[in-house]
Amino acid sequence: MGGVGLMPYGWWGRLLEVDLSTKDVKVVKIDRSVMRKYIGGRGLAVKILWDRLGQKWEEIDPLGPDNILLILTGPLTGYYPGGRVCVSGKSPQSNGVVGSTVGGEFGVELKCAGYDGIIVSGVAEKPAYLWIKDEEVEVKDASHIWGQGARETLRTLTKELREEMSKERPLRGICKEPSILYIGPAGENRVRVAAVAAKITHAAGYGGYGAVMGSKMLKAIAVKGTGPLPEVVEPEVFKKALDDVCKSLMQSFTMRYWGTGSAGYTVGVDTSSEPIRNWQEEWHDETRYGSSSFESKVWIKRFWGDFGCPTTCLKLAMIKYGKFKGTLTDNPDYELQAYLGTNLGVFEPDGNVYLSAKADDLGLCGIQVGNVLGFAAELYQRGILTKEDFGFELKWGDFEAFAKVQEMIAHRIGIGDILAEGTYRAALKIGKMKNVNVMPYAVQVKGIGVGAHGIRSGLDYTKPTAYVCSLQGGDHTSVSNLDEKNRPGEWEMILIDSAVVCWFNFRKEHVYRFFKTVAGWSISDDELYNEIAPRIAAIQRTLLLLGGPDVYWDPRVDDDNPPRFYEPLPSGPLKGTTVKKEEVDKLKRTYYEAAGWDEYGLPKKEVLEKLGIGEVGKALEKVRQRLQIP
Amino acid sequence: MAEEKAKIWIFRDYERCSGCRRCEVACSLKHEGRIWPEASRVRVFMLIPGLEIPHLCTQCPDYPCVSTCPFKALTVDEKTGAVLVDVDKCTGCGKCIDACPGKVPFIHPKMKYAVICDLCGGEPECVKVCMEAGYNALIKVPRVASQVYKVYARRPEDIVRDLALKVYGEEWAGWV
Repeated sequence: MGGVGLMPYGWWGRLLEVDLSTKDVKVVKIDRSVMRKYIGGRGLAVKILWDRLGQKWEEIDPLGPDNILLILTGPLTGYYPGGRVCVSGKSPQSNGVVGSTVGGEFGVELKCAGYDGIIVSGVAEKPAYLWIKDEEVEVKDASHIWGQGARETLRTLTKELREEMSKERPLRGICKEPSILYIGPAGENRVRVAAVAAKITHAAGYGGYGAVMGSKMLKAIAVKGTGPLPEVVEPEVFKKALDDVCKSLMQSFTMRYWGTGSAGYTVGVDTSSEPIRNWQEEWHDETRYGSSSFESKVWIKRFWGDFGCPTTCLKLAMIKYGKFKGTLTDNPDYELQAYLGTNLGVFEPDGNVYLSAKADDLGLCGIQVGNVLGFAAELYQRGILTKEDFGFELKWGDFEAFAKVQEMIAHRIGIGDILAEGTYRAALKIGKMKNVNVMPYAVQVKGIGVGAHGIRSGLDYTKPTAYVCSLQGGDHTSVSNLDEKNRPGEWEMILIDSAVVCWFNFRKEHVYRFFKTVAGWSISDDELYNEIAPRIAAIQRTLLLLGGPDVYWDPRVDDDNPPRFYEPLPSGPLKGTTVKKEEVDKLKRTYYEAAGWDEYGLPKKEVLEKLGIGEVGKALEKVRQRLQIP
Repeated sequence: MAEEKAKIWIFRDYERCSGCRRCEVACSLKHEGRIWPEASRVRVFMLIPGLEIPHLCTQCPDYPCVSTCPFKALTVDEKTGAVLVDVDKCTGCGKCIDACPGKVPFIHPKMKYAVICDLCGGEPECVKVCMEAGYNALIKVPRVASQVYKVYARRPEDIVRDLALKVYGEEWAGWV
């Protein structure tokens, strides 16, 4: 353990804390040993949330004044290729913690301003945004942009902040733009499927932190850092390490040329694991929905990337003709091709681009809103929800109707007010309202809509327990497969989200090398799998099981797949295939054991003590009492 | 047109910029020994996301910045044609910025002197990373005796406005 000297290699050891209620601003120092144990990003978020809110977790309303919003970098932010930042807090979806990361320059800019992260507490009296300019931090009025969509928010803030910088520093030359995280109307209206957005339009979607920002009346956070990144331990080795990883990443033709944007076709046709009409099917052979059509019809930029990224898997799509001329969105990547495409019966690139752009502008998470839209459309198909509920018909493939529902969700109009609660909570409400159990059609795990990779065919990377034990519910990145050595697969994802590197750029050996050369940390598999990841996971699991105040989870019931995943696949070459409940239960127990959790899925006392977090055991006693388990 | 011996120019194709900013990383590592985007001699502006552009010195044939400098802090590198800043003579007065049609120079964020691309002595680091990635938004080419380079000395706002009209359509031009 330990690092080199007292110098802040790779990180500053400084978090900016802003209380929106009092407008107090201060710098909180983080001890080096804490960073070494929890790394940053998701790990550090878990640690901070546990320390500050752990004792009264069940009482904290994620959308109430006592929740805190965290924006955290990692020690490799800005150094390892592909800039990302981690957004966290108590999640209004799972009522646990989600480390929700988003690409862009925000993390680098924040570090260049001298901070490793931001803690936002309290609630602003009126719409506000945070403006961080190196040491100067200001809570500013956001009345003029409250209610505005993504485009207008970004345009207005970029313009006014550049003008302000030019006036203040007239002799310095032309100012570059600040980096901005922001919410759209969905976040303002505390819609639980609202994202925290960057650029046009990257999103930290999982977790629903757009709603947390909205609950704090915080429209945006803008930052300009004019300083350098912290020094690295071995400057010359670092340059070589950077060159090596970039050269290695550039070998991937698929990721560079198509991004994940070829998968809207291939995950259907090759692996039968794509959500189609709310997962009623997972196979399709719609060649018109392939990368070739996206390329020839809507992609206007081949390589688009975030800070330092040699992969640049992002694409830009624009409709240049007809009724929807001028519609612009990033990608859509696979997840949105699926969730705002196939899952709604939409198989045209332009319909998909239109829905994706609509989600962008409203500030909705494309995955979560696509999940709840598919759920709503299936209820319409089954006659449970009707034309009277929507005010119009909601038929598969009618993307203009789905766009209308997106508007209703973002602004909480009519049935949109219920769907705005996300699939799980909407299922509870609609079940009561219509007096029918609609949970069989809710494809979610612990309040989080399942990402667009099915488990039934067995051909995708998502295995039968992928979502069952995940600390982040339906998150398709942080999946709980057992890896090739029968270790919890989520442990590697904890490293990725804590170092805050991009999943697609993650190469473990390179990341270890960066830890060594940037921060002076020798991290090995042994330490990752036996200390760092299980420690972070144990606390994150405990907070998830504490839950509350509106929903609570019982691992005996909720550590499971959505009911739909036990239905046989109805079409395609793998017709009839499914996973068996008994197999999942067996694997689940193996996973618990590998994770150091007991037969109920609670972290074991002796494991907690070995990890140096024995105090977490007390919180688990509360869970045992609630669940009435020994 | 005769090539000016050994002199080079960095050709820029804005539409091909991926916005990855590896040029900023490479430049600041070379000149500052740190990753320092705000001190990079090539700066990527993202006034409209998706329309990122690299902004760097074009070495105008008449070098208005050099002739304007009241302290004779700027000279032309005879080998490459780059503008060199004598940091001891430069006071950071900003006159070179005023003189530049593209407002390319800027004052170093922590020091009191102007920052201008020095073409890395003829082997620009920014070009290496951009070409190796296949974007070719920045390409090293031989410099010829021509006034053409001056047309690239433009403010980022003007470049991005044009690019928005061309790539996104006119409703976006009002962004900048």
